[in-house]
Amino acid sequence: MPDGVIPLGLVIVLALCAGAVRAEVASARAAELEHMVIQDCGSCHGLTLKGGLGAPLTREALDGADPETLQAIILDGVPGTAMPPWRPLLSEPEARWIADYLLEVK
Amino acid sequence: MKSYLWAALLSLSPFAALAEDAFATGDLGLVVERATGSLLLLDRSEHAALGRIEGLGDLSHASMTYSPDERFAYVFGRDGGLSKVDMLSRQVVARTIQAGNSIGGAISDDGRLVAVSNYTPGGVKVFDAETLALVADIPAEGKTIGLADLPGRRFAWAVWDTGHAFVGDFSGPEPVITDLGKVGENPFDAVVTDDAHTYLVGLFGEKGVSAIDLWDDTPKPRKFLENYGKTEDDMPVYKMPHLQGWAFAQGQFVLPAVGQHELLWVDRDTLVETGRTPVHGQPVFIIAQPASPYVWVNFATPLNDVVQVVDSRTHEVVKTLNPGKAILHMEFAPRGAEAWISSRDDNAILVYDTHTFAQKARIEAQSPSGIFFTARAHQPGL
Repeated sequence: MPDGVIPLGLVIVLALCAGAVRAEVASARAAELEHMVIQDCGSCHGLTLKGGLGAPLTREALDGADPETLQAIILDGVPGTAMPPWRPLLSEPEARWIADYLLEVK
Repeated sequence: MKSYLWAALLSLSPFAALAEDAFATGDLGLVVERATGSLLLLDRSEHAALGRIEGLGDLSHASMTYSPDERFAYVFGRDGGLSKVDMLSRQVVARTIQAGNSIGGAISDDGRLVAVSNYTPGGVKVFDAETLALVADIPAEGKTIGLADLPGRRFAWAVWDTGHAFVGDFSGPEPVITDLGKVGENPFDAVVTDDAHTYLVGLFGEKGVSAIDLWDDTPKPRKFLENYGKTEDDMPVYKMPHLQGWAFAQGQFVLPAVGQHELLWVDRDTLVETGRTPVHGQPVFIIAQPASPYVWVNFATPLNDVVQVVDSRTHEVVKTLNPGKAILHMEFAPRGAEAWISSRDDNAILVYDTHTFAQKARIEAQSPSGIFFTARAHQPGL
């Protein structure tokens, strides 16, 4: 069951994550953000982020995209599509944390 | 005396054992445990979980429908998996990965065909309900949404990318597919009224709703509620509303506003707006409580810890409940006595008495989303 394995893997990878990312988002908030990516982003992008109404967000699909571009999309959405702006719910460092998380972890 | 004799006779016959071991499915249900790819088997009368069925893949946005005898559930998973689950043996008895990415499905009125709506590759696939063998493959120029069954072994669906709606007739040796025309930009979900008269299509890419009269000889889309829908100034939509719950109460449709914290009430005959109800958040499901004037509403993140009850006569909120964190779905007992509510982040199903609003039971579940009672087997449009 890959679903059961992922969280343990995430814990290890997160523990090894770049110090800069962890410095900007407290670990309790990081756990909330990870939950949000899987559950709420997952509503459109799939729980395994392989896509749905929204585009796939796996590391392969993003293929080394610029984290600042991802951060901007998360904060301000994509006009003309169903991707909403998450700025009312996320700070800039939090959006950057999610961008890095998608690029490095998922 | 006569009945006593029968009882004595029955106790000696092999039928006695059969009767004792027999297990009826009419008050059972399944809950989607989205993160673990499992289903929880519920007993509605006992307020209990009977067991867990595992190995169903990615169940985000999963839904299901039931065979006419209420024995089998057909589960539509996000990862393109179509699984047939036996409620008696509590096992997956057939499973096929029929697409890369799918969104929902429906069973034909005769229970013989199961259709699945796919995102990648876009289209509708139709399977034999007995074996899950592929019967028809109808490609589409984009993601298919709003798949619903129609009488006469037919299904309706719409395509997000092209905005066209279709009816597929699978009653003959070859499927007959009819393009009903363009309903509008980016249809996000659709629903058939309970009398199978009207196919209602919600639009994300432009204002308005499309209605198609399915009783017409040449059904065509007709726009109404021209001011309904999202504008640039509206609030962000953090979860797409679902239309299967569009309630049909008191001669009205109730629609979730898109990008507004409101319900919209529309006269069923004239398609004219009759009122609005300010509510707690962006509505996701609006579901009519059977045998009552009430509809129950849940909301998109981050305001998703509340359920509101609205009176379709006055259009007023009559009750606000706080059942738990991340309320994803509600399912009524078929005659309306109870509302079963899933709280994803509290890992629980909560059972409410619809008369007193008292919480009657709490059942542990793992990240539960959709709740599906077997009574759905007899509901058209699913």
